[in-house]
Amino acid sequence: MKKRIRLGEFLIEKGIATVAFGSLGAIVLIFLFVFREAVPIFTMDARALSGGHESISSSGTTDSAKATGESESYGDPVGESESYGDPEPVGAAESYGEPEIVGAAESYGDSTAADSSAKDTSIATSGGMLGKPPPPSESTVSEEGGSILSQILSGNWQPVGDHPKFGILPLLAGSLKVALIAILIAAPVGIFAALFTSTFAPRWAKEAMKPIIEIMAGFPSVVIGFFALTILASLVQTVFGLDYRLNALVGGIAMSMAVIPLIYTISEDALSAVPKHFTEGSLALGAPLWETNLRVVLPAAIPGIFAGVLLGLGRAIGETMIVLMATGNAALLSPSFVEPVRTVSASIGAEMAEVVFGDPHYVMLFVLGSILFCISFALNAVAEIFIRQRLMAKFGGAS
Amino acid sequence: MNESTKILTRDLNLHYGEKHALRHIDLEIQRNHVTALIGPSGCGKSTFLRCLNRMNDLIESAKVTGTVEVDGTNIYAKDIDPVLLRRKVGMIFQKSNPFPKSIFENVAYGPRVHGIKDKKRLEEIVEKSLRGAALWEEVKDDLAKSGLALSGGQQQRLCIARAIAVDPEVLLMDEPASALDPIATAKIEELIWQLKESFTIVIVTHSMHQASRVSDTTAFFYMGEMVEVGPTQKIFTSPAQKRTEDYITGRFG
Repeated sequence: MKKRIRLGEFLIEKGIATVAFGSLGAIVLIFLFVFREAVPIFTMDARALSGGHESISSSGTTDSAKATGESESYGDPVGESESYGDPEPVGAAESYGEPEIVGAAESYGDSTAADSSAKDTSIATSGGMLGKPPPPSESTVSEEGGSILSQILSGNWQPVGDHPKFGILPLLAGSLKVALIAILIAAPVGIFAALFTSTFAPRWAKEAMKPIIEIMAGFPSVVIGFFALTILASLVQTVFGLDYRLNALVGGIAMSMAVIPLIYTISEDALSAVPKHFTEGSLALGAPLWETNLRVVLPAAIPGIFAGVLLGLGRAIGETMIVLMATGNAALLSPSFVEPVRTVSASIGAEMAEVVFGDPHYVMLFVLGSILFCISFALNAVAEIFIRQRLMAKFGGAS
Repeated sequence: MNESTKILTRDLNLHYGEKHALRHIDLEIQRNHVTALIGPSGCGKSTFLRCLNRMNDLIESAKVTGTVEVDGTNIYAKDIDPVLLRRKVGMIFQKSNPFPKSIFENVAYGPRVHGIKDKKRLEEIVEKSLRGAALWEEVKDDLAKSGLALSGGQQQRLCIARAIAVDPEVLLMDEPASALDPIATAKIEELIWQLKESFTIVIVTHSMHQASRVSDTTAFFYMGEMVEVGPTQKIFTSPAQKRTEDYITGRFG
């Protein structure tokens, strides 16, 4: 009974372990990279953030050329939205054009030599005082956003131009709006579809529906985005009589198409996992089937369904292509759900390719990425805690 | 059929697809009696039990022919609502199946479904049912606890309390003590003895000792047929059929 060395088994075991740890490590490294690129935001001062482009452009002509190129390309969305076959090009052009024109006007005003030199001195002072500028320059500071935090938390996202603004609030609001609409549509639809197929549906209906919805989960999001852009947007506009063709509502509805299969699949699994003897026990008490399903089966599956909804929410916040195509991409901060929005993910998707490495805009995009990561991390943590503690305590040993 | 007959089956057949699971069962079940169904595994006794409150409706391949009369009404007639039937003919399962809810909610579930909303009335029903299932003294202080946190024997009594809370007339028990230890089993058997006062009980059991201890009438099932039925005393001492005797004396099954 002596120990033998089984080389083959040993190698296979180690090989599997290496692959597993390797993938874990890769994921961790990705996060570390994203956070590392976002770190300069803490060392950067407000003036560098708001006036960053001026100092860069003065230092080299190539950079300034690049910056102009960028601002041109940023102006592009107006042209793009027209080319998508907008039935009301005038309205759209107005809505997109306005912030652009304002920004341009500001940047012209700023570009006088006296102004820029004044700015340079104030950069020096504010850098020295660590965000506590002396009283005389306070008026300028408040105009330009003051400390870095208030800069970020301001309501303007105009990352390109001579005078960029990096207020992430409109982006966060846009993401939340779209995700909220998507979840409000997808959660009931997904859950009730799952309840139907797992309990009420005759076998043939179940066998037809389940794979179809699960195939929907694999739809490329660009296809959903394209559908939203060409068909859904016009439909929603005529039905609700909206001013803007592409808006948060259209994005949310399109997003719900991506989220429904996810919520459906997870809810269906949770509902199917509810032991049949719960159903039998309830029916044997003389409860009708629908009441059994709503009052016994559904509550018993709540932890799983809840996890599915949170996962759906995570997808809705992180999904990029659909919102990029269907929401209009105007970083407006307004309570309205039928105005164009720009989401965090769409901003990263649209702007990352054109940004200068190491530039404040670049850093800000990584800050946005870190925020997205933190949101999804928080959602998962909440789901874990909620399911483990609240629901398990409530339902005893049921899992 | 006389006054004391609660359930009467006539030429009851059940097919699972091709399989003929119950063959021509004619059985009379007495009011306020405990009727035990015994037989080897797969003989059709549980299937028969589930015919009595139409739980077999849930199985798509099951086809029932013949009649089952409860109080003289054929429950397989077209105009019978199985939901209403099950209020009258309750069932307790082999595996205790409390809902993932509190003890109170478990017992109150049936009455609630039947439209009782008054909190006070529900509390009364819950207490009465738990007392009826001999569980009240053990759980009265934590009715808010999950039903799944109870021990196996308590869970099964909770299920009995839940079943009697809707005030049925017949209780069908499908091996109610098979998953329990001897002490819990003894409690359940004692309870069955008490419940007989107010309910008609049909119990499926694997344990012949249990059948002899709790039942008034015993029916022996074998291969989908009902071989013999008679007073428990007689079945266990002088069965008329050879097959019954072989089973009872442990020669097969």
